[in-house]
Amino acid sequence: MEEVDVEPSTTLIPGAGFYQKHLGFEWGPGDLIVYETNYKLQGNESCSPSVHIVRRDEDICSPILRKLFSESHLIFVGLQKIKEDVPSKNKKSQFVSISKNYRSVIRACMEELQQNAGKRSHDTHPVSILLAIELIWNLCEVLFIDAAPAGSLLLQLLDWVRLHKSDVDAKAREVLQSDSPAQHQSYWDVVISLVLQGRTDEARQVLSKQASLRAESSSVFKRMDGLLQTMPIFNPTGTQTLTEFEVKWRHWHEECDRCLQDNTFASNRHLETICKILVGDEDTLLEQKELLSTWYHFLVTRLLFTHPTIKPPDLHYYAQSSMNMFLGPRASPEPLDIILLSAFEFDLHQVIKDCSIALNNWWFVAHLTDLLDHCKLLQSHNLHFGSNLREFLVLEYASGLFTHHSLWQLAVDYFDHCPEFGRVYLELQIERVPLDTERKAIKVLRICEDRQMSEQVRSICKIMAKRALRNNRLGSALSWTIRAKDAAFATLISERFLQDYSNKGSFTDLDLLDNLGPAMLLSDSLTFLGKYREFHRLYGEKRFSEAARLLLSLMTAKIAPRSLWMTLLTDALPLLEQKEVIFSVDQTYELMSCLEELNSGTKHSNLTDQDEDIESTKTELLRLALARNLTMAIVKEGTIET
Amino acid sequence: MFVAKSIAADHKDLIHDVSYDFHGRRMATCSSDQSVKVWDKGDDGEWHCTASWKTHSGSVWRVTWAHPEFGQVLASCSFDRTAAVWEEIVGESNDKQRGQSHWIKRTTLVDSRTSVTDVKFAPKHMGLMLTTCSADGVVRIYEAPDVMNLSQWSLQHEISCKLSCSCISWNPSSSRAHPPMIAVGSDDSNITYSGKVQIYEYNENTRKYAKAETLMTVTDPVHDITFAPNLGRSFHVLAIATKDVRIFKLIPMRRESANSSGPTKFEVQVMAQFDSHNSQVWRVSWNITSTLLASSGDDGCVRLWKANYMDNWKCTGILRGDGSPVNGSGHAAALSQIRSSLRESS
Repeated sequence: MEEVDVEPSTTLIPGAGFYQKHLGFEWGPGDLIVYETNYKLQGNESCSPSVHIVRRDEDICSPILRKLFSESHLIFVGLQKIKEDVPSKNKKSQFVSISKNYRSVIRACMEELQQNAGKRSHDTHPVSILLAIELIWNLCEVLFIDAAPAGSLLLQLLDWVRLHKSDVDAKAREVLQSDSPAQHQSYWDVVISLVLQGRTDEARQVLSKQASLRAESSSVFKRMDGLLQTMPIFNPTGTQTLTEFEVKWRHWHEECDRCLQDNTFASNRHLETICKILVGDEDTLLEQKELLSTWYHFLVTRLLFTHPTIKPPDLHYYAQSSMNMFLGPRASPEPLDIILLSAFEFDLHQVIKDCSIALNNWWFVAHLTDLLDHCKLLQSHNLHFGSNLREFLVLEYASGLFTHHSLWQLAVDYFDHCPEFGRVYLELQIERVPLDTERKAIKVLRICEDRQMSEQVRSICKIMAKRALRNNRLGSALSWTIRAKDAAFATLISERFLQDYSNKGSFTDLDLLDNLGPAMLLSDSLTFLGKYREFHRLYGEKRFSEAARLLLSLMTAKIAPRSLWMTLLTDALPLLEQKEVIFSVDQTYELMSCLEELNSGTKHSNLTDQDEDIESTKTELLRLALARNLTMAIVKEGTIET
Repeated sequence: MFVAKSIAADHKDLIHDVSYDFHGRRMATCSSDQSVKVWDKGDDGEWHCTASWKTHSGSVWRVTWAHPEFGQVLASCSFDRTAAVWEEIVGESNDKQRGQSHWIKRTTLVDSRTSVTDVKFAPKHMGLMLTTCSADGVVRIYEAPDVMNLSQWSLQHEISCKLSCSCISWNPSSSRAHPPMIAVGSDDSNITYSGKVQIYEYNENTRKYAKAETLMTVTDPVHDITFAPNLGRSFHVLAIATKDVRIFKLIPMRRESANSSGPTKFEVQVMAQFDSHNSQVWRVSWNITSTLLASSGDDGCVRLWKANYMDNWKCTGILRGDGSPVNGSGHAAALSQIRSSLRESS
């Protein structure tokens, strides 16, 4: 495909380039930061005080256009689900209906924008863009998706023109509703416009207003009425073949011509003009430039009255010449004109390419190309070319959505339907979604979990855990860490919990700790924390022997860190001092050996005298309590129950 | 096609670097006024300066954020021959109300004998690792073994490049197929060692970094270098700012023998070369999806480069200062819209 070199546009950043000539930059989410600097200088007193945030002028920010994005998203997803094995004839009607759905979404959006047009002045720009988009899409639907054959083709083109030239209806209404329609200044304009659009019945209706007035010229009007009434219109669903229609049409055409030759309408210049139009006289048609207003209207009208059975491949010749004739030698075609011309030439790739360049949003090209790809229209060049183009455009569009704070969720579905790069694009971009709230983080996580993006899941949980830890929300940090399956961090947080406990004497986040379940096994420290909390719970429920057993196992199974043994032993004190004996003889011996093991370890020299005193007091108390318990336990176990 | 909005940065001297954090909600700027400023984007979409403090005793060249998995951490490097690591402290509620936060220095890295020209964190899958490069030609890789204690950093590797270094870039790929790889650019005008880009790769067996490749075709001073995000490709893409913009493709060649000693051999291809700046190119940077490359040159322009689906590269946009001074004190953010488009709106 020919790559025409389009000069890139230059955007000027106001307030930069005055003091220093270099521009520094950095990529941001969906934008660029640009700042004045000088790469060669170390420092300079004169410098610009500002940095500038630069972003593409995309319409993504308008709330009404957002509706366009979300509704078309539904259509897109529905389209992807159409099964491959449906027979192609049924599929065509499905595709046409989907195309119409897209167009109705565009129209709805346009109408809403037009309603709001009075309120915000810079909404007129998107309205005109949407108009152009719908115009192009509609033409593509007629030519490519519906692929109308000769006969129907012209009828559909007529519909297309009528749809995009709605001012005729308004004018006609105005004329008909006036007191004397025939005297209205726009009267003849309306009649001619209707004829130009092939709306012969309506033209006759308006003409009849004239006829009733002038009795003497009524025969002339009757004649015109007759011509208009007998104009053949092809019926695609009828039994008449194209050839038969063509014959009929020729006869009618000749009759119109005869009227001209006979000067039948010489008395009324308006009727004469209409007759010339019916005959397809190019000069006359060109005289109606103002009423036609566009070259493509001229094209369709011209075809209506000269070649109603035009075949698709012959279209481009008439399109090119119509455009030249209409625009004249001095005017140059606009980008929209070039796009339409490419469509008439059935050069699909050129249409897509030109649209990509002319429009500053990928929405249109992405969705249209996707639909055309489903219609298998993009595979004419070579196999990879077609699907690559579609995926490329869809990826571009979806990536653009990702920078938006709520639309990014729509983008996920688009990536899902890009088989080659969709997943990796999603992985890269979903990590960057700002995790403002827990709710948003969970939303992002669910998306990653559904797609088995385990690294992203881990990373997001870790970020949330770290953030919670910084803000001292230990419970939140712990639950995120468990979700991240991060053992090292779990150890860290467990240690913080325990530290908190030693400082405050109670646990926080009891709900979480009580319901850890198998997650407890993530790290030894976490297991200890969970079990330790369980010990406290058992004690609270007065299930002393279970509590005792658990406490002992924590120490003997070496789950408890050494540093906490003293705390655990101290926790054992109330159990030792219960009236009934809880620890058995063996258990008491174990506790005693733990205590001795603890004391035989290296003494911490960094303890203050006061702390050392407390430690030795504790040890004494424990020894005493253990000894007392031992005696009671020996007695109890030695006693025979009678 | 582009819309610009300005923010009063209020640095008292040239800004040398601006860095967005991972989520694009915070921004750090550094300047020759020896300070770093941190900006937060509020819910209203406006940027507010939440911290501003003196960081070095010389011009601060670069500032960079660590991955948020490690918390709120910044690194800066300076002409004063040091690099520093900063961590944000969760402040008192007063501060939060005033919208201020505090950053404290966790460590100063003083090993360099000359100006430290670049500082970058390694990809997060490698742990918390910081890399610096200096005019003395040494690349230093530091690691914080305990991510909860950012005051402890150990110098793990010192790579002597024999040329004054200006920039470094880590290959972001976390694929197990690619060992850690770092590219180093030099702006040295030495002609004996003419290849100004060197690529080092980590070797699991020797536990050291070894040179894998020197790009001999890059003979002019290199000012910036950056790997593109990997996107699951088997090859690597590296962009270089030198007398023009160059994009290289590095294709790892399959090892012939089973032994894995020695670094990977690469086939080096030039993917694209742009001389539109018509002058020295100072910075290059990829966007997140590596679909756009931006470059900044001596011509005072920032240019955007894009490849189409046929892998043809083209310039898709140019940004340039309009040469006007900013009016007023610059405290109020001025909103200005410039549209220059290919077609006039109808």
